[in-house]
Amino acid sequence: MSRATIVETCDQAVTGIEDGSTILVGGFGFAGMPFDLIDALIRQGATDLTIVSNNAGNGEVGLAALLMAGRVRKVLCSFPRQSDSYVFDALYREGRIELEVVPQGNLAERMRAAGAGIGAFYCPTAVGTPLAEGKETRTIDGREYLLEYPIKGDYALIAAHAADTMGNLVYRKTARNFGPVMATAASTTIVQVTDVVPLGHLDPEAVVTPAIYVDRVVQVESQHHLVKGAR
Amino acid sequence: MSAIEHLDRGPLSMDELAAVIARDIPNGSFVNLGIGQPTKVADHLPEGSGVVLHTENGMLNMGPRASGSAVDPDLTNAGKVPVTELPGASYFHHADSFAMMRGGHLDVCVLGAYQVAFNGDLANWHTGRPDDIPAVGGAMDLAMGAKDVYVMMTLFSKDGSPKLVPACTMPLTGVGCVSRIYTDHAIIDVGPAGAAIVETFGMGAGEIGRRLGL
Repeated sequence: MSRATIVETCDQAVTGIEDGSTILVGGFGFAGMPFDLIDALIRQGATDLTIVSNNAGNGEVGLAALLMAGRVRKVLCSFPRQSDSYVFDALYREGRIELEVVPQGNLAERMRAAGAGIGAFYCPTAVGTPLAEGKETRTIDGREYLLEYPIKGDYALIAAHAADTMGNLVYRKTARNFGPVMATAASTTIVQVTDVVPLGHLDPEAVVTPAIYVDRVVQVESQHHLVKGAR
Repeated sequence: MSAIEHLDRGPLSMDELAAVIARDIPNGSFVNLGIGQPTKVADHLPEGSGVVLHTENGMLNMGPRASGSAVDPDLTNAGKVPVTELPGASYFHHADSFAMMRGGHLDVCVLGAYQVAFNGDLANWHTGRPDDIPAVGGAMDLAMGAKDVYVMMTLFSKDGSPKLVPACTMPLTGVGCVSRIYTDHAIIDVGPAGAAIVETFGMGAGEIGRRLGL
């Protein structure tokens, strides 16, 4: 893959996203959510999307706004139901959106596998539960495991703290969450950052996502929201 | 082994229960506290306990809830509540966070529950009602990962039926994963050997045993 491009606007960053794409969307609640890229995706118009993200939207911003715009066919996530997930809840109850619930660690590890070229892996999570239905099992050293397949994205939309002009990324606190894993698991990784710095300004020892995983970077003013009713 | 009975008092309040759990967590443990009531345990860890809190969204040595100018939208716990960091904190991505959980590096995890079975089966993610939107989060990963899984809950539901049962009727989160339940009326060990009452509060072990069918 070619080197990362620094683009001027979020609209440029999301050009070419096709209808029917699978998009990995970073963030845990609002921490690390790429709000500006999602807003640009809504303007861009791609529809019939499959979204992979930890949650299914909070309030009416970010992922919830994309859902509200009717662009999402299916959500793979670990935790859709929250105090302020009313947009998703209504779509789901009306049968207008598909849901696949994936345990949070499996969601992360399945994307890690996709980015690392692993064909599938055995995992003990969810053995004996309804989420094990239809999965191959295997006993290894007396313990039962389920066969889990990678989750690969056509695109990843993530937020990081800073990038250098090559596309190396650093994150900030728990906003890191799914970003580094999603960056590896998509054919095209698109990142919004609050700062683009010149080459040499990121400590190579501190780089979390090396530039090889990054395709497009856009600098935006940071947009912050807190989840209402969090407990 | 006979149970310790505290009959000179009523059942534990949720805060007292959190204090009892905090008392039993060994100093220096790496601990994950589940969303909801279990987060109260952090308020009762003694000064100098050396307990390091893990939050599955990607942090070790998490500090107390943040307020005022300390609120940082980039720093939240697994319940998405703004928190603080303690000296010695570290951040990591989600795959690492769950690898350290699944890999058996966490000592203790405290979770809420709808039901626990005598053999340690756990049901805490889905009521099974058809109109309920399922949401599992990290519960299944935590249940399978931590060396000791403690459950914090009331022993009886509002209608008086026990939440510690011979077999879970709700969809399972994990099989045989719980080692001990902490409830308002009793602390009870569970597992392959069945349920054994350890300590009771405001009710005798005999009566609890009868109500649970032990």
